[in-house]
Amino acid sequence: MNPILFWLFSILMLGFGISVVANRNPVASALSLVVSFFCLAALYVGLDAYFLASIQVVVYAGAVMVLFLFIIMLLDLKAEVRRKFNKLALGGGAIVALGFAAQLLGVLGSHPRGDQPFPALKLAEGETLSDLQKVGETLFSQHTLPFQIIGVLILVATIGVIVISKRELK
Amino acid sequence: MTLTLNHYLLVSGLLFTIGFAGVMLRRNIIIIFMCLELMLNAANLSLVAFSRFNVGADGLPNFNAQVLTFFIITVAAAEVAVGLAIIVALYRARQTTHVEDINSLKF
Repeated sequence: MNPILFWLFSILMLGFGISVVANRNPVASALSLVVSFFCLAALYVGLDAYFLASIQVVVYAGAVMVLFLFIIMLLDLKAEVRRKFNKLALGGGAIVALGFAAQLLGVLGSHPRGDQPFPALKLAEGETLSDLQKVGETLFSQHTLPFQIIGVLILVATIGVIVISKRELK
Repeated sequence: MTLTLNHYLLVSGLLFTIGFAGVMLRRNIIIIFMCLELMLNAANLSLVAFSRFNVGADGLPNFNAQVLTFFIITVAAAEVAVGLAIIVALYRARQTTHVEDINSLKF
């Protein structure tokens, strides 16, 4: 991937990620999250994962975020009123997050193959990477059981959602 | 300058940290849920980077990692549906999405 494009989309993704956390209005947060997911899909394209990039746009930026916006508007959430922050919780949260980031940088620095560039793909002359075909082959030849379990999981989730939303909470 | 594996892992780790900080700092349960999605996506990004980095003998990326990412996206979609249903049920019972107002185990 072109380094300029990598930095452009990374900075956009991280910036809109911060905007998700910092925005007071839930609708603005959700829309920032959509942009962040689009930039992530662009990074996937740079990593030659075209199928996952399209799934990211269709499932995440499409279906999941529509669900989020639907719920935010259904509950009619207004911008949060300013409340007194619990200073202890705020400081603790910041310390834990920054400590995690520092730890992560330490791990990256000691990763033996981390500073090597990405190896080039070996493709025949004039051939393009057909990653959808390869992902499908891997999925249906080596991971059939997890695939079936995922199907059952989605069925359970569907029934669970119906049960939760039908029952009257007292 | 060429891109290395560390660049992608760094961006993925920063995205995870942003999501993590959001979960720790925000008090609106829907925003907390969005930050959980950010953390899942950070994990996905590092998986895809590892997949592309680990070029096998046939000269193609390791597609097992991409299949795992596919599964994570599927599970995340199911999780969002169930989680938002729980939030709606909670809102109908308590008329709030502020986690500090939801502090009793039984009502």
